[in-house]
Amino acid sequence: MEATTQKIELSVTVNGTRYERAVEPRMLLSDFLRHEIGLTGTHVGCEHGVCGACSVLMDGEPVRSCLMFAVQTQGHEITTVEGLGAVDALSPVQQAFHEAHGLQCGFCTPGILTTVTAFLETNPNPSEEEVREVISGNLCRCTGYQHIVDAVLLAAKKKQAS
Amino acid sequence: MKPAPFEYYAPTTLDEALSLLSEHGYDAKVLAGGQSLVPMMNFRIAQPAVLVDINNIPDLAYINAEEGGVRVGALTRHHQSEASPVMAQHAPLIYSTMPKIAYPQVRTRGTFGGSLSHADPAAELPTLTTTLDAKFRLVSQRGERWVSASEFFLGLYTTALEPDEILVEGFVPELPPHSGWSLQEVNRRKHDFALAGVAAVLTLDENGICQNARLVFLSVGDHPMYAERASNLLKGQAVTPEAIRAATELATTEEIDPGDDIHATADFRRHLANTLCQRAIEQAHQRAQGKQ
Repeated sequence: MEATTQKIELSVTVNGTRYERAVEPRMLLSDFLRHEIGLTGTHVGCEHGVCGACSVLMDGEPVRSCLMFAVQTQGHEITTVEGLGAVDALSPVQQAFHEAHGLQCGFCTPGILTTVTAFLETNPNPSEEEVREVISGNLCRCTGYQHIVDAVLLAAKKKQAS
Repeated sequence: MKPAPFEYYAPTTLDEALSLLSEHGYDAKVLAGGQSLVPMMNFRIAQPAVLVDINNIPDLAYINAEEGGVRVGALTRHHQSEASPVMAQHAPLIYSTMPKIAYPQVRTRGTFGGSLSHADPAAELPTLTTTLDAKFRLVSQRGERWVSASEFFLGLYTTALEPDEILVEGFVPELPPHSGWSLQEVNRRKHDFALAGVAAVLTLDENGICQNARLVFLSVGDHPMYAERASNLLKGQAVTPEAIRAATELATTEEIDPGDDIHATADFRRHLANTLCQRAIEQAHQRAQGKQ
């Protein structure tokens, strides 16, 4: 257990791929994902835990990547929006957002997709009220949220049907 | 903004963590959930030279029913409390408040001990634990001590914790039979910090006379504001509308100290506290009578 402001060897699994990097302890997880391993799907908005744009999954649970240091993910599994689906193979949640117009500019979308994906795993048949609760920590300045709520409810239907 | 550089330690035992705090003193901060500390570091309001990350210490996250109450480990995440049947049964005031604390992603990480040690006067857990007369176990290499919530919160982000101590768990007493509870708060957006809020607990005797009462306010002072005189005023009488009004007036004119900021004026906060206090006593009274 050596203390250092020097770089620490970090080994973390992101979207199923193991990455090993030497990082400063003060590097935020959000910056690690974007700048160290080039996964720019995770967006950085407020950097103090309010906007939700940087939300990713750690061991399947939604977290703010701007409120964690990368070194804290040692040995854990991170899922970013890139890990949910691909352009030609959208996940059910991504497909629903596409169909229900759940995004406009798209800045907030990655944080919402990761959060909602985890939510539907534990709550496959949510009420509208529950959907509004789960996205309460994600600011969207375009949609007025209505289409996002529609998209999450549609995603729940799609997942249940599949 | 990005945090200033710091030395990072990730001890795997409590002894190691305590040893680090003993060595580094005021230069060190404990990192639990990080949902308050990391934003402050991102803003560089906080620039600790040493960070002692306690997330890798096992056995600090638990919610256990015990004789007379519930014991909660420091690293218990808010979302664990939110989903805990033990918390629901033995500390329903805390359980029912959990979904109001911040957002789902913050509750994944945020911890019981972290929120208490941070001591934000606008946060719910400091006020709830003061209302329920909880006590906290503070441990250092020098030994351990139990401190009651009302002696723990000293001021703005200031607690009874010495720099070498960690709050490792809390004990929340269960309310006696014929008790009721309520938390009332106003915030501009749901889940934001409250502009003003108040928690109330009442215990009645078999004739409906108030035996015990505790009113504690949040966001209207630099720490949880226990309105002791107003609470005492309720005791020994029936909880009538007149009694509720009298206690509320006393509490919100003499026992709170709201401040002005960009979100609300002191006068507005006092106005909110007054309305919320009446509602809180009324709801606690209803619950104490088994009506809710």
